[in-house]
Amino acid sequence: MSTLIGRRLILAVVTLFIVSLIVFMGVEALPGDTATAYLGQSATPESLASLREEFGLNAPVHQRYLDWLGGVVKGDLGESMSKRKPVADLIGNRFRNTLVLATAAALIGIPLAIVLGVIAGLTRDKWPDVFVSTTSIMGMTLPGFVTATILIYFFAIRLEWFPAITLVPSDVPVLELLPNIVLPIITLTLIMVAHILRLVRTNMIDVLTSDYIQMAKLKGVPYWSMVFKHALPNAMLPTINVVALTLAWLLGGVAIIETVFNYPGIGQLMITGITDRDFALVQGIAIILAVIYIALNLIADVLSMILNPKLRTARGH
Amino acid sequence: MTTATQSAEITTTVKRRSPLAETWDNLRRSWAGMLGLTLIVVHILIAATSPYWVPQDPYQMSADNRNELPSAEHIFGTDKLGRDVFSRSMLGGRVTLVVTLIAIAIAILWGGLLGILLGLLNGRADELIMRLVDAMLSIPWLLLLLIIISVMGTEMWVQTLTFGFTYGILTIRVARAATLDFVTSEFVLSARARGERKRTIVMKELLPNVRDVLLVDGSMNWSWMLLGFTSLSFLGFGVAPPTPDWGFMIAKNREIMAIQPWSVFGPVIMLSTLIIGINLFSDAFAKALGLDRSQGAPV
Repeated sequence: MSTLIGRRLILAVVTLFIVSLIVFMGVEALPGDTATAYLGQSATPESLASLREEFGLNAPVHQRYLDWLGGVVKGDLGESMSKRKPVADLIGNRFRNTLVLATAAALIGIPLAIVLGVIAGLTRDKWPDVFVSTTSIMGMTLPGFVTATILIYFFAIRLEWFPAITLVPSDVPVLELLPNIVLPIITLTLIMVAHILRLVRTNMIDVLTSDYIQMAKLKGVPYWSMVFKHALPNAMLPTINVVALTLAWLLGGVAIIETVFNYPGIGQLMITGITDRDFALVQGIAIILAVIYIALNLIADVLSMILNPKLRTARGH
Repeated sequence: MTTATQSAEITTTVKRRSPLAETWDNLRRSWAGMLGLTLIVVHILIAATSPYWVPQDPYQMSADNRNELPSAEHIFGTDKLGRDVFSRSMLGGRVTLVVTLIAIAIAILWGGLLGILLGLLNGRADELIMRLVDAMLSIPWLLLLLIIISVMGTEMWVQTLTFGFTYGILTIRVARAATLDFVTSEFVLSARARGERKRTIVMKELLPNVRDVLLVDGSMNWSWMLLGFTSLSFLGFGVAPPTPDWGFMIAKNREIMAIQPWSVFGPVIMLSTLIIGINLFSDAFAKALGLDRSQGAPV
């Protein structure tokens, strides 16, 4: 099994390498560069040239890619041109804020999704299932900014329970983020629950119609014991991968929710970076998010291998 | 003689029910599927005809009628430039619908064919391209779209190609996985043994079998594409103002949501009914074809 995990690790590193190449080249291809965006109207050919010289923008692309990659491996993400600060410093607190958001949503969302998914699976095609399944379609496919806007209207504007937008700076202690964070967490949780519960439901139905559950029923195993001891563990296994994918997807799209709530997270910074043509900043954030995505998938795959004896010998394709 | 004719008749009566008719029959029995289909059709009709019947000029600003609440004249009220929100909401899906509908066809076509080919080859090229696909999918989806759109520009045909290309990457995986189920089947093996060309095997043997999966994937992908397109538009990377567009309207009118909530509700209702319609239809469509809607997370 360790060779299998080793193979999977090498694959992850290869993927990460390709991602770094795509991200670097993609950002390099953006029209204009930081020098023009930074100087704006006041740009003269001389000031542009000196700024490009200062930030090493004149070196050939492959040279800059290798320099950047070398820095990333050592944990140095380079310097933001628009903010004149190291990228790592800019990301620091905002990354923490995004993690707070994502973690809270995951801690509430995953258990909730499992419970609702199991209920829906057990009551297949009866009203609890129809209700849960239909609402989950909406939670899953309505864009985050629509859900967020509706929540803001009812809970911030009409009821005035929570602030509509965040007005605290990015470096406040976590506790001070609290009232600001409730609506973004609810938005994220709704999307996440919808994704995960649909899979739990499908797995639950698959397992419940399997031979060994029929066998357990025939043997006279009590209903709840059948559900919790026989069905649930088997239905949970494929869920691990979906949880990882969903978390990664949320991180990829969290920028929109952060923008709606003006929440000082990494996604909002990413969008500013693109508008400002701040190459180093965008590349840094992209690579961090890609590392998280790949790591989450890796963890999920390894976990499933450990938990599922069948996968230990199966060859990955 | 008589028996031969009879059996011939029986075969024809059995054959007369084409797979299409059967799918339609199944679909018709699902109220959710029919509701979804109706919503989609109504949206396409509104998009096609709205310029001819909207009650007000969607571009007409009016300093005297800013942020007005709904009235007989302005069904959804006005925005902060005094423009009629109802008319703008009716027109706000035109670009979105045209771009995503063409893009989804492109995505199914190139992603589907490449995926089938990769599943058939299952060799070095397959390994290489799948690594690239994995890498593309590891990049945060919003960032990927933002970079491509920023590089390529926001002209309509460019956006169509961009979305067709980006969302086709998802289809590659689906088509490849579906193909792998068939490459070891007898009909593909015998076609290979007959020495058929790869193109013939893809078009004649594999495509007909993978078609249903691709159609269901396409209808689901459409709703993810709408989510992506309107999100970009919300962030200001979409349709250029003053052309009415749901995503951008929601972004701008949010500023006056406390005094004129209908300026936001209008486009929200339009966008939500379309997306819900597509999903109700996709679900029922998958069931009607005897497929379970696959569960992979998008992009």
